[in-house]
Amino acid sequence: MRVQNDQGIMIDLTGMNITMASGKGGTGKTTVAVNFAWLLASAGQRVQYLDCDVEEPNGHIFLKPSITESAPSKVMVPVVDQEKCTSCGECGLKCQFHAIVNLPGDTLIFPGLCHSCGLCSSVCPTGAITEGDREIGIIGKGSGTKRIDFIHGVLNVGEAMAVPLIKKVKNGRKDPYVHIIDAPPGTSCPVVATLKGSDAVIMVTEPTPFGLHDLKIAIDVARLLNIPTGVVINRDQGGYQPLSDYLEAAGIPILAVIPEDADIARHYSQGGIILESLPHYIDVYETLAANLEKLLDTHSVHAGRMRS
Amino acid sequence: MKEIVVVSGKGGTGKTSVVASLACLIDRKAMVDCDVDAANLALVLNPRIIEEKEFAAGKKARIINEKCTDCGICRDMCRFDAISEDFIIDPVSCEGCGACFFYCPASAVEFETPLAGHCYICDTPAGEPFVYAELLPGEENSGKLVTMVRTEARERAESMGLSRILIDGPPGIGCPVISSITGTSLALIVTEPTASGIHDLERIAQLARHFSLPAAVIINKSDINPACTESIEQYCNANNMPVLGRLPYEKAISEAQRQGKAVVEYAPDLPVSKALREISEQIISIYKE
Ligand code: SF4
Ligand code: SF4
Ligand code: SF4
Ligand code: SF4
Repeated sequence: MRVQNDQGIMIDLTGMNITMASGKGGTGKTTVAVNFAWLLASAGQRVQYLDCDVEEPNGHIFLKPSITESAPSKVMVPVVDQEKCTSCGECGLKCQFHAIVNLPGDTLIFPGLCHSCGLCSSVCPTGAITEGDREIGIIGKGSGTKRIDFIHGVLNVGEAMAVPLIKKVKNGRKDPYVHIIDAPPGTSCPVVATLKGSDAVIMVTEPTPFGLHDLKIAIDVARLLNIPTGVVINRDQGGYQPLSDYLEAAGIPILAVIPEDADIARHYSQGGIILESLPHYIDVYETLAANLEKLLDTHSVHAGRMRS
Repeated sequence: MKEIVVVSGKGGTGKTSVVASLACLIDRKAMVDCDVDAANLALVLNPRIIEEKEFAAGKKARIINEKCTDCGICRDMCRFDAISEDFIIDPVSCEGCGACFFYCPASAVEFETPLAGHCYICDTPAGEPFVYAELLPGEENSGKLVTMVRTEARERAESMGLSRILIDGPPGIGCPVISSITGTSLALIVTEPTASGIHDLERIAQLARHFSLPAAVIINKSDINPACTESIEQYCNANNMPVLGRLPYEKAISEAQRQGKAVVEYAPDLPVSKALREISEQIISIYKE
């Protein structure tokens, strides 16, 4: 379905989960995500922005949401009743993450290592383990520029468990909205948790050897998860042959090319929406939307679906 | 052993380019790339691999369908929704907790440690040790792999009588970063003067404080937003973090990268290269052998 905006015709992505990722940070992933969200919202679509980069959430700097709801996010941690514990050692033996250590007369929990799997409380023969709560960060919700619905997770500093917080952010998805999901950089567990269930992933990359190296790894992860993938080349300085060669051989489409531009860098550094200050870039983002539609068509992903 | 870790709170601040230049300027050291998700330092150090080690950590469960009676206990036990309706385990969702394995009445679950990545021990053209690693796509446990590369580098450095280790840290402030900075002597934070740059700097500085680690700052692209650079300096002063240098925005850095070189090699006379030399002299004088 197509909708009309001030500039022209644009694709309707309602119901879609579009994730912005990059092999590494600093490629402009958040810039592309917030500006794309802004473009869709300008075209009258109901957009929800989910910032899953919980270690370093930056989306709010650009979308300037008023956070109206802020709640601590908790995960389960075991609590041992030392009175009931017979120091049998069963829990420490079974925990795969070394989060429980049985000392004579004392059973210690290391909450930072716990994956909240619940195995220890199931195996304890005396019922000495119950499930408590541990705060790992906060979830903030609100509404930003162009009435973009906004959710982010902010991981507590020194906290290693990003994945449960990311899952909480994703659980905040609403219908009928298009979900623009800002992934963390890299390719490890938090990225995988973010990418899961995406209808398409837009990889933002830079035309440099570092950028290409990281992009290849990120594309391997998207392939593993079977997610249709396209690339936005950012800070282009007139092409980078090894990148074009790789994308062609891999059959990955280029969705848009954004040139190296000091004006963009300046507006970015001030925390602004590029399309508001530099409207001539709207074309580039419309091309991105159109090419994304083609990508989704090729993979026959239909709007309106919502997977976990 | 003096271990200096270069971190950034977020990727893309030019951290690896700074590390590549420091690697040229500081001698008698071992080097480590702790960004096991996407190791880039090898692209500019031109290393020769002398040893390759396998990395395995964390188990994954797999159901043997012939043995499975479809009783459903494993699905009830799994808190990560890793087991499908027809009892197939998604290896990407499986956290390896073992609940399904321990509770399956039919012993239909296999619980194994798959290969998760590789660790490469190298020599640089200057004859110095360099260690990096690569995780296989979708694998986790990067924190453990970071610990492995650091241990390998420390052993190399000790056996060669080197007293300094220069670590290229991963981006972010999460689990691999924590593994990269614990027990080091100095966190060298590379930041840039943008609205999000200050925010990221505060988070990584907090992390360094959390681990009682001295921190110093390098401001990259310091001329793109002088007002912002100013507020970063104020923040650093107020928080006892010396600013070791201000690097100008320099297009030649990405050109140097394309040539597989550090900017101090590629264009030693540029202001950015001079600034990097001054930074390296300060580090050497702080951490004399
Ligand atoms: S909940 Fe799981 S990870 Fe946490 S302590 Fe218990 S067994 Fe270990
Ligand atoms: S399994 Fe229960 S009784 Fe045994 S050591 Fe653990 S907490 Fe104590
Ligand atoms: S618990 Fe074992 S037998 Fe039961 S469904 Fe799971 S794998 Fe099959
Ligand atoms: S090992 Fe744990 S996470 Fe993996 S499938 Fe079994 S119960 Fe689920």
